[in-house]
Amino acid sequence: MRAFSYERPMDMAAALAAIGKPGAKFLAGGTNLLDLMKVEAETPQHLVDVSRLPLTEIVEENGGLRISAMVSNTDLAADARVRERYPMLSRAVLNGASGQLRNQATTGGNLLQRTRCYYFYDSSSPCNKRVPGSGCSALQGFNRIHAILGASDACIAVHPSDMAVALAALDAEVEVRSAKGKRRIKITDFHRLPEATPQKETNLNNGELITAVILPPPPAGRQVYRKVRDRASYDFALVSVAALVDLEGERIRSARIALGGVAHKPWRALDAERGLVGATLSDDAFAAAGEAAVKGAQGRGHNDFKIMLAARTVARALTEAAQQRKA
Amino acid sequence: MTVDVGLTVNGAHHDVKIDPRTTLLDLLREHLGLTGTKKGCDHGQCGACTVLVDGVRKNACMNLAASCGDREIVTIEGLGTEQALHPLQAAFVKHDGFQCGYCTPGQICSAAGMLAELKRGLASAVTADLRAPVMELTENEVRERMSGNICRCAAYPNIVAAILEAAGKA
Repeated sequence: MRAFSYERPMDMAAALAAIGKPGAKFLAGGTNLLDLMKVEAETPQHLVDVSRLPLTEIVEENGGLRISAMVSNTDLAADARVRERYPMLSRAVLNGASGQLRNQATTGGNLLQRTRCYYFYDSSSPCNKRVPGSGCSALQGFNRIHAILGASDACIAVHPSDMAVALAALDAEVEVRSAKGKRRIKITDFHRLPEATPQKETNLNNGELITAVILPPPPAGRQVYRKVRDRASYDFALVSVAALVDLEGERIRSARIALGGVAHKPWRALDAERGLVGATLSDDAFAAAGEAAVKGAQGRGHNDFKIMLAARTVARALTEAAQQRKA
Repeated sequence: MTVDVGLTVNGAHHDVKIDPRTTLLDLLREHLGLTGTKKGCDHGQCGACTVLVDGVRKNACMNLAASCGDREIVTIEGLGTEQALHPLQAAFVKHDGFQCGYCTPGQICSAAGMLAELKRGLASAVTADLRAPVMELTENEVRERMSGNICRCAAYPNIVAAILEAAGKA
């Protein structure tokens, strides 16, 4: 680990001022940042520890919930209101990481975790995300876990979060604050596609701190989070799907579909959702939605299987959501 | 550069001056001589370094010691004594919940934290109904909730049996 200096400001104003120091980064749970510092994929010169800022509440706001940024993954998943009204979010969080890590990881930090692409972690491999311009080792390398949607020739890494996939389906917003003020960013605009600058993963500006995630009122319909991974627990998604189906009798009033493990950001499948509106409940309709969700998908060799897996996981998640209503 | 950190470990207060890079794990092992907590992967993946921080299980390797100022840490050394084993320790002995033993301190600290989480009513990924209170600890629930602790010897059946037994008395 490279040397750094450390401070722990006790209020927001001090934290937002401290982040202006050269090479400064915020440290919250640190479950990914510290991990990356150990392999020197992250080399901050100064850490501003924000883990004790008073940002640990979940409160009702405009019919929805305001989740402060330092709420741990455990506390988010455990919240009775989240379990009742946003079960796909609780499920998504519980399907990520381990008990120990969920106790430590924060809501804001979860959004900012970086890809688990092996080449990003391996300082001896070229990686445009770690060293811009050095090339992408995954394109011709082992790319079984990599992106099938929205990738570029510069980077085919995926965003690893489960939580963010549910947030994308729930139309959440991210509240950020800097010394200049605060603003809100739609979750689907928060993360970026790699294009030619994969080192820039979010639309967060320098000096901005995530202060909260805002959930709008819970959407009508039944929610499901389905994750497919190599082992039954404690693994990143090969493909995951957050799905919602709102039914009126046998007619689909609306649906929402977001995918994880397939792109550089949580992937909202809006065309697939629109195709379901007004359709009659059927296996064919859900299969078609699965196909629509992976339209334009491109495999890179080892990850070719993800295209069919994603289509089928979408169909399966939608089916489960529809069945929940009947039960 | 160094930072000053004061924290409590197994009931004893310590004030230390450390390099900011020092993890809680290295502080425990290298500075305080508490080598019961093990270093496995050092990346939060194996659980061998699990300790309780203010009663909550965490990976000591994924915490900077500097971030742990004023926290109360409990390690395997603080959980029970040779004369009076913690119920989890006794159950691990009874059920032979280990082979080489390297993961055991982490398994036991993690299980202690996990049982405390259960008392708070926390659901897991395999809990069928998120709305219903979590009723009983099944084998399936133990396996899911303990998935952050790897046992290279694969003593899992005995670890699960030990935890299920201790769950009644821990």
